[in-house]
Formats: sequence, C-alpha cells, structure tokens
Amino acid sequence: MKQLAYDAVVVGGGAAGMAAALELDARGHSVLILEREDTLGGILMQCIHNGFGLIEFNEELTGPEFAQRFEEKVSARNIQASLRTTVLDIREEEGLRVVYAVSPSQGMMRIETRAVILAMGCRERNRGNIRIPGTRPAGIYTAGLAQRLVNIEGYIPGKDVVIIGSGDIGLIMARRMTWSGCKVHAVIEILPYPSGLTRNIVQCLNDFGIPLYLSHLVTDIYGKDRVEGIEVTPIESGALMHEKAFKIACDTVLLSVGLVPENELSRNAGIEIQPTTNGPWVDSMLMTSLPGVFACGNVLHVHDLVDYVVEEARRAGANAAAWLSGYRPSREIRIKTGSNIRYVLPARLNPERENRLYMRSLVVKNDARLEVRLDGNVVRSRKLAHVQPSEMLSLTLGPEDMAAAGRDSVVEIALV
Amino acid sequence: MEQYDVAIIGAGVCGANIARKLSQYELDVVLLEKEIDVSLGTSKANSGIVHGGFHDHISTLKARLELQGALMFDRLHEELDFPFERCGILVAALHEDEMRAIEQLYLQGVENGVIGIEMCSRERMLELEPKLNPDVVGGLYAPSGGILEPYRFVFSLVESARKNGVQVKTEFEVARAERDGEFWQIQSKAGETVRARYVVNSAGLHADTISAAFGAEHFTIAPRKGEYYLLDRTTKAKPSRVIFPVPTEVSKGILVIPTVEGTVLIGPTASSAQDKEDFATTRDQLEHILHSARMMVPSISENDVITSFAGLRASYGNDFYIANSEKAPAFVQVAGIQSPGLTASPAIGEYVKDLLKKAGLRLVEKPSWDPYVHKVPRARDADPYTLDTLVAQDPAYGDIVCRCERVSEAEIVKAIRAGHTTLDGIKYYTRAQMGRCQGGFCTYKIIRILMRETGMSWDQITKHGGNSAILKGSL
Repeated sequence: MKQLAYDAVVVGGGAAGMAAALELDARGHSVLILEREDTLGGILMQCIHNGFGLIEFNEELTGPEFAQRFEEKVSARNIQASLRTTVLDIREEEGLRVVYAVSPSQGMMRIETRAVILAMGCRERNRGNIRIPGTRPAGIYTAGLAQRLVNIEGYIPGKDVVIIGSGDIGLIMARRMTWSGCKVHAVIEILPYPSGLTRNIVQCLNDFGIPLYLSHLVTDIYGKDRVEGIEVTPIESGALMHEKAFKIACDTVLLSVGLVPENELSRNAGIEIQPTTNGPWVDSMLMTSLPGVFACGNVLHVHDLVDYVVEEARRAGANAAAWLSGYRPSREIRIKTGSNIRYVLPARLNPERENRLYMRSLVVKNDARLEVRLDGNVVRSRKLAHVQPSEMLSLTLGPEDMAAAGRDSVVEIALV
Repeated sequence: MEQYDVAIIGAGVCGANIARKLSQYELDVVLLEKEIDVSLGTSKANSGIVHGGFHDHISTLKARLELQGALMFDRLHEELDFPFERCGILVAALHEDEMRAIEQLYLQGVENGVIGIEMCSRERMLELEPKLNPDVVGGLYAPSGGILEPYRFVFSLVESARKNGVQVKTEFEVARAERDGEFWQIQSKAGETVRARYVVNSAGLHADTISAAFGAEHFTIAPRKGEYYLLDRTTKAKPSRVIFPVPTEVSKGILVIPTVEGTVLIGPTASSAQDKEDFATTRDQLEHILHSARMMVPSISENDVITSFAGLRASYGNDFYIANSEKAPAFVQVAGIQSPGLTASPAIGEYVKDLLKKAGLRLVEKPSWDPYVHKVPRARDADPYTLDTLVAQDPAYGDIVCRCERVSEAEIVKAIRAGHTTLDGIKYYTRAQMGRCQGGFCTYKIIRILMRETGMSWDQITKHGGNSAILKGSL
C-alpha cells in the first residue's frame, strides 16, 4: 500500500475542490486533490451550455470553460491531483487523520494529513426517492445522466420526452433534447412554482413552446420493456384530482427532482449531518463536527450557481489553511432559523470576524424583509423584492453587527 | 438436432437447483429460459429469505421441502458464490390477542422440528431487536432463519451446473412440444428445436401454459403481486433480524428485511395481478407497505426509499404441485412454487431428481462432479490490504464504477464474461446501479464497458433484452 503525507487532502476535484485547493496552496500548504473521474472539473464538464461565471469572472462561460480556468491555475501551481481515484474511508489512526483511496494505477493509498476538505458535490434524486409508482421499463433517467449521455457520450436516450420536475438540469435538458431533434412534450412540476431559475424557464421552455404543468403530479409510468407513457394528475388545494388525470405518450422520462449532497463518506467518518441540508453541520470556519475536516460546495448544501460554490470553497480553503497554522476562534455564537427560513449556514458565527451566511426561504413572497436579530433585537434588515425557495440568499455579518453578543447570545434569521 | 436426457423449462431458482442436482449424474441436460438471462422472473423479485420452518404444518409438501431445504444452505453457501447469512427471524405481536397466534406458530415449529425456536417476552424481543416498536408485547424467535440474494443464488447455481456440463439456452421460449418415440421434441418461438427424453416444467408463472403445450394436466397459475420498497443502507431503521408480523390467512404479511448486502427491504404486499406481466407498483399498495412496516419498525422513513419494485407469485392452491404428470409421459410438474419456494428450492432439486428416477431415468454419479465455483472477490467486501492486492493483480479493481455500492470495473467485466450482457443482468450480478443513485452516475460507464467487452453497438444495449433499448440515437 502506498503511503503518502500532505498538509491537506481535498476530496473531489470539481469547482469547489479546485478553489479550496488553490487557497491552501497559496498559503504554503501541501495539498492533494483526489478525483474519481478522468479529469478535474466535476459535473461542470457535461454542462456545455453557458451562463457560468457571471459573478466570478464577469463573463458568460460554459461549464467546461469555467472549469478550465480553475484547472489551469491548479496545474500552473503544480498542485497534485490523483485522478480515477475513489476515496474509500476517512479515519483517525493514532491521532492522525488518514484518508484511504484507491486507483487503478496506484492501488491503495494511505494518506496521512492534518486537514481534509470535503468537496464531493451532490447527486440527483431519482424515481424511488419521489416514489412514482408504475412499471420499471428502460427509458427512465435522471436529467444529469441524460446530459452526460448526450453531451459527452454522444447518444440520444430517447425521442419523445417528458421531464418530471422543473429543476435547472431538467430545464437545460428540455432545450438540449429539443436541439437534438427530440420532442419534449411537457415538464411536470408538483409545486405551484418552478424549482429552477427564472432565466432557465424563459430560455429553455418558453422559447421552445414546451408546456410547464405546475401543481401536477406524475402518478403512473407505463410500458413493459421501454416507457410508453405517463399519467399526470392535477393537484388542487393540496388534493390529487384523480378524475382530471390525463396521459402523455412518451418513450423517455427524465427526472429533475432535486439534488442531494453526497455525504456517505462523511457519515461513515462520523461527521454530523444536518437533516435540513443533508450536508454536514459546520461552524464559523466551515469545519464539520470532526476537527480538521471542512466542507464546501454542493456537498455542504446545494447551490444555485457555481459562482457561489467557488466563493464558499475559497473560504473553506482559507479557513483550513488558518486552522493548519494554528488559528482557532476565541468564541462562537449560535445561529438559528426564524420564520420562513428553511436553513441557514454555517451553524456558528465568529463575532470577531466577517461571516458569510447562506440561507433559503421556505416561501414564495414579494416585498419581503430579511431580518437579523441578536437576542431578539433587530441588528440588520434588508428589503428583498422577491424571494422563493429555489433561489439562495446570502448575507455578510461583521463584528459591528454582533458587538453586543455575549457568550450565550443567539442570532436569528427571519423572513417577514 | 440437439438431443438431451433431460430438458428443464424455466431458469428460475427451481430450474437452477434441478439443473445443478442433475449435473451430478452422467446425463445430458439442457436448461431452457425464455428471457435473455436467468433469474429474471419471480426469482429476482422476492423477499430473499430462508424461512424458519414454522409457518406451515409438516403435513404439507411445502413445509417438508422448506425444512429440508433450509438445512442445505450452509453447504451451498460454502460451495457456491452468493451472499447468505443466518440472521434469525422474529415474529412480533403488537397486541395480546396476537400472542395466541404466536403460540400456535411456536407449537407448529416445535412439531416441525425447527431448531432453536423460542417464545419471547416483550423484553426478550426488544433485546433481540432494539429497533422494534416498543409497543411489542412478545413474539417468536427462529434463530436459523436467514437472508440471501436470490438472483446471485440462481446465477451461482447455473454457473455450477454449466461447469458440470449442463447446457443453458436463454431466449428459448417454448412454443410447442410433441412426442416422438422416446423423446419430447421441443420447439422454440424462434424455431429452434431440441429433443429430450424427460422434461421438467419449472416455468413458474407460465407452468400452466407449458403443461398445456405438452398435453399434460390442465391447471391455472394465478399471478399474485407482491410490491416492495428498498431502503438505502444508510437508513437508521435497519434491523439486525428479519421481522415478520403475525401472519394472516392469505399471507405472511409485510416484513422488514435487513438484506444480506446491507440495504433494507420492506414488503411484500399481496394483491391479484392483472396478468403475468403486470409488474407495476401502485400508489395505494406502496403507502400500505410504509404504514405496515412502520408498525414493526417506527423509525422507517420515506426519505430512505431508493426504489420500489413488484414481483409475481406463481400461485396455485395451498401447496406446491410437484409430481410426475399423470397425463403426459416423462414429464415432471414443478408448479405453484410460492413462499417458501426459495427456501425449499434445494430440496425441490433433490425431490425432482427422485421423481425422474421413479419415472425411469437412470442416474449414474459423475466422478468428476465439482461442487465448487470460483468466488469473485468484491471490492466492497475487501479491506484496504486485500483491495491493494486485488488491484495489483487486476488494476480494474481500482476503478470504482458504482460508487454507491462500491463496485469495481473488474467485477463488471466478470459479470459480462459470465454472460450477463444487459444492464439488469450486470446489476443483479454486481449490484452496480442498485444503490442510492440507481444508476445515475454509473450507467454510462457500464454502457462503455459493455460495448468494449462484447463489441455490441449502442443500439444493442438493453435493460433486460427484448425491446428494452437504453439508447434511441447517436449524435
């Protein structure tokens, strides 16, 4: 077994992993990126549409272009990346953090390290997760798999398509499949509002005349060998209107019904996972419940834009570097969700530093106000023209906002 | 024309056991299967349990074969390559009234000679299974009950049978049969013909159709559907033993099963199916499963569900129908094999061998018979040092294709070389695509490996043969 030692190990070589590794490297720490695919870049590599990088680079890039900018920096800095490498375990052995990974060329690797950055990304929810009954024929794929098949493998998974869920990948695939000569018959969304970004509804559905059925549920899938059709049932006042159910003939069903952070490795390592985000609990340094293990990007919580991912990952990398250099916050205070907030992250704030907060709304609301309260007193208030669960909110809190914080103080975030 | 001593129709768990049993003798045997792979019918979608031997009275054939079969699994596990564990079976009573039924099961178990069966208090039940509903009032414990992967069991039986000379013909759907002297002449839908002196009808759901085609007894197999949910291995609700409710007249009820590979199965329901191809799951039944399973293990969450599926029981009367036909010569019926069919199947192999002997088949033991098959090492079972060694021998062990179930490329290649060339066949052999992402990440990799290993083109890649093409075009 190959024995290695690095100051820090980054699990996952997508946007988050590369951004975090660059920060660690810039601060003089040795770092190894472990990536299971043949290339760095992660899921960006199959996102050949544009719209990436507006915040990060002030430009509209495709996914591979966005990834390439980071990859070039990684290789210019000579940061080590082990490709086709799967991390099997993160353990503690005799007080040391040890990462076990395997690759066809290296065999098993045992890597001793002092800091680990989790940047494994997320996976797509599938049919079983949303419990659509019916048969199990060929032709049912997640939108991301279809995207991979079309954009990289060069295959069309089907000709007559229905997309379940209005998540961004589903919307992008509606356009992509139409461009590839397929007929997209409908996008079916259970909620009364779309899950994806508004710009994608416009550019991927409206521009192509693809109908979006809001408040509709797919209640059955037909077909013995290959999908033959689906049954769609409208929802009115929360109840299924079975008498209004209708069928759509199709040979393919694509699912875009949400993403789940991939934390099986974290769970096995004993890291505490938050049920609201499915990502690790993190403190003000983005450090998980396991000392020296940090998390960022979609493995921490699912982001809307890669620009936010790299922003968060840079902070995780810088924090990990600070941790390696011996920095520890002198105190941290708790933060909790108030009305209409689904989650807020991180779970602890450093009242002596600047803190970047990410949160999601539970409601769709116009003219909302985001309030930050310290022990019940409003310390910050921001007007928002429109909020909805699918669009992430962010906020920076500095020492001036938390000047009055005592040891047991609690910050509350609310949407009113 | 190919000529055999015995033709076995149907490569499910019964056909596979019969084939392996007959491979011990100097016989030419052919196993005929209508699907593209073996074990794609009832044998792939069931509870995967080696039962405890207390549900049915010893006066029935199924109880006798169940008891005998259950004892044969340790040996089979040693010789073959399938996961199996005797984790024990609990039957939980949630009301005092149910304790009378528990006592009846206990007494029946004692009469049947079940080893180690015991009555349990509430305290004992919760000690044996802390995940149980705390309202449990008592129950029954059968420590010899176990769990296995049914398709892996069939694959391994077939591999062993082939190794010892049995011919396997997939996509051979029997269309008609006629008597020609001492032989049965059997023709497939595709027009292929084989001749055999003896025929075993182990066609599962279609045993009635096959029986009619041979001019044997008229009977009807009624498909009865069982729906299941599969829960992720990370579920907090995983028990360490199989949990049964108190059975009803019609079924053993909704079980909570810790599968031998670490996931959790809940089900099955029992409802009549529309036809023999009705594998659809239904909203009502799936809700019923969750509700009933939570009665036993309250911590079961719908968030843990990774897939649902349905299997069909080949139901006929209250007992197995295994006998030499009284109408057709040299024709053995193996029909109506419902629960505990998987448990009984090794004993069914023996029983059918005896029936064939009674019908005049000459059995001469083959000195070269080798009961063992090569056990394929699995990346997920390997500790770091073992995996390092495996990668050194075959680098493909270092390429983890299925991250959820930790399946390496090497295992996928072995599945393909063992003849499993559909996505489902590869799934059942390796578990790739069987985990929480259900193939979202690995399907395209498996397609690549399949094309590379077999030379198949993209339009030949199917989920389970026939018209189940995965791809519809190439750019």
